[in-house]
Amino acid sequence: MAILEVEHLNKNFERTEVLKDISFSLEKGQVLSIIGSSGSGKTTLLRCLNFLERPGGGKIRVNGETLFDAEDPSTMQESEIRKKRLHFGLVFQSFNLFPQYTALGNVMLAKELLAKAQPDYKARRKEIHSEIEKEAKSLLTQMGLEDRMENYPHQLSGGQCQRVAIARALALKPDILCFDEPTSALDPELTGEVLKVIKGLADQETTMIIVTHEMAFARDVSSQVIFMDDGRILEQGTPEQVFENPTEERTKQFLSRYTQG
Amino acid sequence: MELILEQFPVVIQSLNIGFIQTLKLFFVTLLGAVPLGLIISFGSMSRFRPLSYLTKIIVWIVRGTPLMIQLLIIYYFPGLVLDNPIWGGGESGRFLAASVAFIFNYACYFSEIYRGGIQGVPKGQEEAGLVLGMTRSQIFFRITLLQMIKRIVPPMSNEIITLVKDTSLARIIALQEIIWAGQAFLKGSQGISGAIWPLFFTAVYYLIFNGILTVLLGQLEKKLDYFR
Repeated sequence: MAILEVEHLNKNFERTEVLKDISFSLEKGQVLSIIGSSGSGKTTLLRCLNFLERPGGGKIRVNGETLFDAEDPSTMQESEIRKKRLHFGLVFQSFNLFPQYTALGNVMLAKELLAKAQPDYKARRKEIHSEIEKEAKSLLTQMGLEDRMENYPHQLSGGQCQRVAIARALALKPDILCFDEPTSALDPELTGEVLKVIKGLADQETTMIIVTHEMAFARDVSSQVIFMDDGRILEQGTPEQVFENPTEERTKQFLSRYTQG
Repeated sequence: MELILEQFPVVIQSLNIGFIQTLKLFFVTLLGAVPLGLIISFGSMSRFRPLSYLTKIIVWIVRGTPLMIQLLIIYYFPGLVLDNPIWGGGESGRFLAASVAFIFNYACYFSEIYRGGIQGVPKGQEEAGLVLGMTRSQIFFRITLLQMIKRIVPPMSNEIITLVKDTSLARIIALQEIIWAGQAFLKGSQGISGAIWPLFFTAVYYLIFNGILTVLLGQLEKKLDYFR
């Protein structure tokens, strides 16, 4: 069964339609890349999945559970939305690390706040804290940041910041990890180290949705590629299908800019 | 010069007493206006339109009229117009009325500084918190607040130093703060009259106290330098 099913998703900003009838599904352990020009709705789609924007129509299901249904207002309660967000993780283009916390603090914060809501938190406080710290440290080590844990974001390079942000998202063990142009704010040298980390996650069969302009990377890492244009899914398939045998003229036109580049 | 030296002990004692009243008004105002300003800033940022309009009108009135007039209205209005002198007589009544006027006035100024500080925190911070499953209050207290404090320390330092000097306005309702005490020697008090120097000398008190505050606020600013 698909881990994520999106059906007929629509979204308008005022009178502009940003998403038009978006439907796709994703299997557990797969990597879906979304490509397309700026303004095609890729970021809005990720923001809808993470409940940062409310779609105007359609359904979102995770593991068969309906998280959002535009026809059913009970799926939009603020208190429920907070829990639903935890199915997804989101890595932002501009990292959005919390500047007043160290790398380690950034990774631990949300987990600790969630742990506080547990009934046995008071009794097992120290134990829980050290568990969370251990996990956070191992995530940062996995990201190659073992000697950067006590640094504040402004003391880190862009690539290091983005890897902290990835660790922070992973700490909550989301079902699906989303990336919104994770390397667009980085220079080519730093891009490489972040893509390597994401590739590593793909090899461990982390379910991911990646919005990216890195075509070679998308082709290499994805099990499925979606090409979006003007709020619509124009082309959808395996990387081979989309990159080598695109059926739509618009897709060919878009891809040619990268191959000729 | 000899005369001044002779008057010095008496004058200093009197100015000290006045300055204690100045300090009391300063600290009470700060203690009240810092939290009240936050509440007012939430009001003006509220998504509930009537509340935000109402708050903005109040802030407009308070910032748009002289603090001296506000002091007079708050002190005299209940007694003279409503026949209900709620403040009671004497120095304690005047101090209470002055505190209310100062807290309210400064809270309105602070609220605008807070609003700027909160709105200056990038939207991405809140979104990162939301995506990590945090509640709105967790996001405010764990993420936004400290970043806001860092942003508002310089403009708040300005306001706080202005407040030290503004306390002298309270003499309009005869609160016996330091300038009131200095002026008394001009009119005649404790055997000294026609002396202008005690009034001038009050400036030294303000200067020293503001010097201390500047150092302390500078240290706070430095302390928050560990992040950007």
